[in-house]
Amino acid sequence: MTVVASFVVPVHPHPMLAPESNEGYGRLRAAFDEASARIEASGADLLIVYSTTWPSIIGHQIQADPNPVWNLVDHDFHELGTMHYDFDIDADFAHAWRDAAEGRGLTARTVNYHGFPIDVGSVVSLSLLNPGNRIPAVIVSSNVYANRTETTVLAKSCLDAAAAAGKKVAVVAAMSLSNRMFTRRIEPEEDRIHSLKDDEWNRKILQFLEDGRLEDVGQLSRTIHHQIRVQKVVAFKPMWFLSAMNDHRNDLTGEVLAYEALHGAGGAVIHLDPASNGRGDKEYDEENVEVFGGDRNVLDTDSEEQDTEDAPAAHPAPASNSGPALWDPVEGEDAVNTDTAPKPVGAYPHARRVGDMLYLSGVGPRQPGTNAIPGGPIHDGKGQALDYDIKAQTRAVVQNVERVLKEAGGSLENVVDVTSFLVDMDRDFAGYNEVWADTLGKVGPTRTTLAIRSLPTPIAVEMKVVAHLPQ
Amino acid sequence: MGGGRIVAGCLAPHPPHLVYAENPPQNEPSSEGGWEQLRWGYDRLRASLAEVDHDVVVILSPHWQTYVGTHLLGLEQFEGFSVDPVFPNLFRYTYDLTIDLDLAEGIHAEALAAGLDAHMMRNPDFRVDYGTITTAHLTDPEWSKPLVVISSNRSRHYYSVEVMQEMMAELGRATKKAIEASGKRAVVLASNSLSHRHFTTEPEVPEDMSHEHITSHAMHLWDMRIIDHMVNGRTKQLLDEMPEFTDQAIAETDGGALTWLLHALDLPEYKATLHGYGTVIGTGNAVVEWPAWRHQEGSA
Ligand SMILES: [Fe+2]
Repeated sequence: MTVVASFVVPVHPHPMLAPESNEGYGRLRAAFDEASARIEASGADLLIVYSTTWPSIIGHQIQADPNPVWNLVDHDFHELGTMHYDFDIDADFAHAWRDAAEGRGLTARTVNYHGFPIDVGSVVSLSLLNPGNRIPAVIVSSNVYANRTETTVLAKSCLDAAAAAGKKVAVVAAMSLSNRMFTRRIEPEEDRIHSLKDDEWNRKILQFLEDGRLEDVGQLSRTIHHQIRVQKVVAFKPMWFLSAMNDHRNDLTGEVLAYEALHGAGGAVIHLDPASNGRGDKEYDEENVEVFGGDRNVLDTDSEEQDTEDAPAAHPAPASNSGPALWDPVEGEDAVNTDTAPKPVGAYPHARRVGDMLYLSGVGPRQPGTNAIPGGPIHDGKGQALDYDIKAQTRAVVQNVERVLKEAGGSLENVVDVTSFLVDMDRDFAGYNEVWADTLGKVGPTRTTLAIRSLPTPIAVEMKVVAHLPQ
Repeated sequence: MGGGRIVAGCLAPHPPHLVYAENPPQNEPSSEGGWEQLRWGYDRLRASLAEVDHDVVVILSPHWQTYVGTHLLGLEQFEGFSVDPVFPNLFRYTYDLTIDLDLAEGIHAEALAAGLDAHMMRNPDFRVDYGTITTAHLTDPEWSKPLVVISSNRSRHYYSVEVMQEMMAELGRATKKAIEASGKRAVVLASNSLSHRHFTTEPEVPEDMSHEHITSHAMHLWDMRIIDHMVNGRTKQLLDEMPEFTDQAIAETDGGALTWLLHALDLPEYKATLHGYGTVIGTGNAVVEWPAWRHQEGSA
């Protein structure tokens, strides 16, 4: 298990600099101390901070100064004093994370500059959660333009790097819940959540998290953003990051250690333990993305001109805009053909029966009727590579095999031998293999998997299937 | 003292790239130039301001972002090291600046009197924002004048452009009043870009000008429209269009600096001088001067 504990913590300096000035700030401080003790008890050997008070524009930035030292003064609350910091950063991990992020299509860079202004959320959380630099830490920015896909993939790249380094990770999202502050200075004893509506939404979020429903909160991010967030950035992202770090689970063990007002904003310290709460996971309905395909450039009228030259394009090209012409399946005495399977790209039937044996023509993922490719085509009409989902393609292949078998009066159970063709073995074998294990792997046919240069349509996987189907 | 007045107001944006391109001794990174159109614009602005006798420079920068009222630097001197959090590869600048504390206190008092929430920032460890440093450097690389530095209240984000404009109109009038009461001649600088959509990637060599252009035609049209208002003295129309401009061009006018400046200048109907225009990582930047002194009696 890579992630051994996750925390939500507030970003304001009050619990660090003025815990005695208000009972609520004091309770937040005590909760920080409790969270710190739990991180120590978790056995984590790396602390990851995703900070909403570190905005970035050129992709995500990852702190890689091994020993940043400075004095930070808050832009608003400078009268509370100075936050001196002196942190130990795991620069090797920062570089590995950047490489993993780039490997998944993201723009990312490390920053290692004397005097780089580390943000208040990171300084407060590292100072209070990791006193004396007990374990090394890494901080990542929150890109102002990033949405769910980019934020989710950022987390997955962090998991890639952590798994490769054998790290046990404690993850911290430095964030407010509702983030509207009073716009005039108030006395500490006057502090309260800015509005009843903000308070109600905050409590709803806390209840979900206490029930361990992290992915559900992630799915509510856009709603939460509209309801209780000052529209400073594009979206309410930290729950996407935190949920992806926890495999999009909804059955974590959650505990709210404190919830208080910070100059009107909602500040909470929350512990999410990966132990299952036993209440069962729940479904979710947003895509579980693996790679970032680049900006969609929705504002560009001319698709020739790309803002992001380095990122692979991800224009959702209709699958039917390219590839060879479609044929009606060849009819014949022993032929098995069906409208429920995609049309051939040449003169051949879907399958042919010889005694008790059924030989299928190569089956790909294209969908009958629409010719669409689940998981997306591997390149566009101009041959430019696109991001695609091998698991979705493989599942679609198996479904098409099943359709042809059904037409012949059989099912997947009848498959005895499969030859699979992949156009990118390195990229796709694992995903293909996972779907296989869930489907044909349970039936138990013999299997051979080959890497080939290309297939006639923009697909990544095809199967040649032989079935034993007594009449 | 009498005779205090604003002798010039300028739109003086703060892309750190321009400082980087100049290779001044205060900045650590070094470059092979770049963004010359804008830098030549700043050359012309500096030459123009050199003709205007002034005692103090007042700056409002969108990168000292405050949510709880408006803040002013409140100690006589600040020194430190400014690192741009977005472009740390380009801007790591050692600064040492002097504050005109009397005028800062005067503006603070006038802002409070106008009903605004205002605070003096007196923590000596405070790091002055890179927008202020960049604008101050580009207008006066010798740092020869004391400054007054005002934060950008984020009322645009908390409420709307309209609320931001009302607050910044008050702050602009308060600034004008305080300057007049001080007896000093002030140059007032709004440190912001116009259209502000960035590219999200940076070329290998940041100063590679073959990559530099506006992010979209719509952004260009907005920038040209706003500049046209400025150089033809249509301040009221500019302010009327500020909500659409700020939203549609994602303009850095959201920080309130330009609205503040135009009110401090008392909604000028005379023509502003465009010293330069150029894009920086896709954002539109204009260097513009309102030569108020030419329109004041008995001044030269
Ligand atoms: Fe800026």
